[in-house]
Amino acid sequence: MSTVKIPPVLRQAVGGERTVEVGGSTMGEVLEALCAQYPAVGGQILTADGELHKYVNVYVNDEDARLLQWIDTPVGDADTVMILPAMAGGAR
Amino acid sequence: MRITRAQADALIAHARGEFPNECCGLIAGRDGAATRVLPATNAEGTPFMYVMDPHEQMQLMDDIDDAGEDLLAIYHSHTRSAAYPSRTDVDLAFFAEPLYVIVSLQDADQPLIRAFRLDRTAAEGEQIAEEPVEVS
Repeated sequence: MSTVKIPPVLRQAVGGERTVEVGGSTMGEVLEALCAQYPAVGGQILTADGELHKYVNVYVNDEDARLLQWIDTPVGDADTVMILPAMAGGAR
Repeated sequence: MRITRAQADALIAHARGEFPNECCGLIAGRDGAATRVLPATNAEGTPFMYVMDPHEQMQLMDDIDDAGEDLLAIYHSHTRSAAYPSRTDVDLAFFAEPLYVIVSLQDADQPLIRAFRLDRTAAEGEQIAEEPVEVS
């Protein structure tokens, strides 16, 4: 079981928890398990196609998962996954 | 949302300073009144898009939390369009609690500041709700 850190913006979707323990051997599997357990999280961080949203940042042990192996980044029991939706937008 | 004239001027100065690119940052507050304007880096650095540098985003959010303040608003500028959320602004509005403040430089002599609550998961037509900005 890995620890997923839930930012304030997503806490309501997990019943107010700051962290959630979920299973999975890669970052993608961990987030899949999280979204299966808390579908409201999926509504926030997944696209309509079920892909992880381009503007949602994920950190594995404080390292940007995009600079690791993204959803294939291995995670173990002692690892922490943090989700951080971007602050983004624009005129177009 | 209540902001002081000096804070409004700081938002406009940031928008002008980054022109022609969009600026972005956070507004900390207490009980609906702004306490601090916290400029951040637009990692995208273009006239049509902002993406707050994620490390600065984390640091500023922690800073606001540590100071016992609320994240009152996320702000950015529209350099050539109105102070109204674009499709992109709504699609990327992951944060339901803080307001989204837009500083428009469309009329360079009369910049406009407006605030909106955005809900990207709401039905079409119910995603944008304007909130008054009181400058005192």
